[in-house]
Amino acid sequence: MSRKTKRKPTDAPVEPSPAVAAAAAAPEPPARGAALSDVLAARKIDPLDLVLVTDEEEERTRIRVRPDSGSRGAHSRGPRARMMRLLLYAILFVFALWYLTPIYVLLVTSLKPSSAVRLDQMWTLPWPPSLDGFVSAWNALGPNFMNSLKLAIPAAIISSMLGSMNGYVLAKWKFRGADTLFTLILFGMFIPYQAILIPLTQVMSNVGLYGSIQGLILVHVIYGIPITTLIFRNYYAAIPTELLEAAKVDGAGFMRIYRSILLPLSASGFVVVLIWQFNSVWNDFLFAATLTTQPNWPMTVALNNLAGSFAVDWNVQMAGALLAAMPTLLIFIILGRYFVRGLLAGSLKG
Amino acid sequence: MRISRDRVSSLLVIAPSVLAIAIFVYGLIIWTGYISTVKWDTLRPDYTSVGIANYQAIFAQNRFLMDIRNTVVFTIFFIATSLTIGLTLANLVDRQIRSEGVFRNIYVFPMAVSFIVTGVVWKWILSPGQAAYGGTPAQPQGLNQLFGLDPASNRWLTDAHVVYIAKDSPVYGILHDIGLGFITSPNIGIPIALLSIVLAAVWQMSGFVMVLYLAGLRAIPEELKEAARVDGCTEWRIFRHIVFPLLTPITLSAMIILGHISLKIYDLTVAMSGSGPGFATDTPALFMWQTAFRDDSFGRGAAVAIIMLVLVAGIVVPYLVWNRRQETPA
Repeated sequence: MSRKTKRKPTDAPVEPSPAVAAAAAAPEPPARGAALSDVLAARKIDPLDLVLVTDEEEERTRIRVRPDSGSRGAHSRGPRARMMRLLLYAILFVFALWYLTPIYVLLVTSLKPSSAVRLDQMWTLPWPPSLDGFVSAWNALGPNFMNSLKLAIPAAIISSMLGSMNGYVLAKWKFRGADTLFTLILFGMFIPYQAILIPLTQVMSNVGLYGSIQGLILVHVIYGIPITTLIFRNYYAAIPTELLEAAKVDGAGFMRIYRSILLPLSASGFVVVLIWQFNSVWNDFLFAATLTTQPNWPMTVALNNLAGSFAVDWNVQMAGALLAAMPTLLIFIILGRYFVRGLLAGSLKG
Repeated sequence: MRISRDRVSSLLVIAPSVLAIAIFVYGLIIWTGYISTVKWDTLRPDYTSVGIANYQAIFAQNRFLMDIRNTVVFTIFFIATSLTIGLTLANLVDRQIRSEGVFRNIYVFPMAVSFIVTGVVWKWILSPGQAAYGGTPAQPQGLNQLFGLDPASNRWLTDAHVVYIAKDSPVYGILHDIGLGFITSPNIGIPIALLSIVLAAVWQMSGFVMVLYLAGLRAIPEELKEAARVDGCTEWRIFRHIVFPLLTPITLSAMIILGHISLKIYDLTVAMSGSGPGFATDTPALFMWQTAFRDDSFGRGAAVAIIMLVLVAGIVVPYLVWNRRQETPA
């Protein structure tokens, strides 16, 4: 698996880190705020790795990063320390219960037959379990589920290709004002979309894309440019420029360098961006609710509509919610580390 | 000056994206700004200029004042709670616990779920039960049933109460004496129903804050803390005077991200409660959408949108500038 190979020092550029790259780019330690990234850079640590280590790797990482903390714990194992330890797990456990409560409610309610979905039965286990809820939910939402797939997959693919090219230019072919331009692009990621929504519907109807899935794909690709560019720009910034210079000396041009040097190193960057974009497009509600009409509704809009209706049983609503959450949850379960990497890339400084 | 072919290629590659952002972000913002100054209050666009009348009309609406209040209350509670829980969890998880990965994933997974799903589930959990709809005997639901609470007095999402500083409170006099009497207005209270929305939003976002803090904590060299320990510092003092100050940039980032989310919050309230009792859970985003796309009052909708944009820009632009300064030291 990639996480195994990733530890080898030789492919360090495969997993570049924004913080390390930023600090490396700064010859002198800038004042206050950047202290953390300096520390990281000095110790050659990717902050993301520290969060994302999988269970098997934890021991090794601990040894690498916190050489003496383990021994300290071992020294002070009195009865008081043991009590504190117990308390620690108790708190962690209570929080875990809180985070899992909605999942429990989703599961038990969606597996009950309609007749058993009564208020006084809300927290009881569904016995015998029934798939009626899922059948009804799929009958109501199946087409919308497919719409969401038809929407999110192309949008994620196009967005990531665009972001990769933009990131390449803004990291490795900087022109005058490139950083200012980048900041201006980034602003597009934070705006409340309400501020463009009214004219956007006008534009979409004028070009005949209002109400269609294609139109929504276009919208998500455009407003996905800032985040995808950000992630790829930071990703490519960590790839040594000497590598590119050498290729240039050998006569490689702009596209050749991208194809034969950058692209082969981009796999995990693409995974991060694809997951991020798939996730945000799949979970989007505002654009979908404003720019599509019924047969083309994606899952979120259809689910909200279903849940807003008093005529629909709760088991069906919960089954629908579970269906709507399923794809992104599955991705999280399988590729969680890339998901979290995207979260951090979208928030930590560039 | 000769411009190389590669340079031209690079500019050609980025040009479509720059153009798209220029048109679809900046161009449309300007267009929205223009719409906010025209009459357009039916389905058909009407570009008769009305000056700032749309803005005046909005500020004259009680609903918008409620929205501003709700946004302030939501932002404060949402940020404070998410940061507290995120920092606490990061500190707990960072203590070499068993099955760290399992706990971490349980705390973060809500980020992968849409606000609509979150809203649909929490609405079911945070509804008080039958008594709220006049049913007898009281039939508790959700948390009321789980904890044996009376649905008549614990109404969660449907609670229309607004807590404010009453005349007989000791703080009331003090605030009036120091010239902050306006805070005691019943319009500036805390809508109880809104706290239910905060609960769901914190459920979704606090794990993300934990991830941010965890990355920060793990980057702090152990030697730093060890040195303080040798000097006889308690664990709390080490956290207070060494760890927490080093986490300042992360706290700031988290506040900006959570803050701009709370200014824009829309999906969650739509799925949970809509405007709520007495606009207790209404937000500017919901107001904007309904004004423009339900009532066809596009001029006023655009005005609300511009106010939202100004608020968000007020916190995001300094952040972006700060970010850039950090990246390119002078």
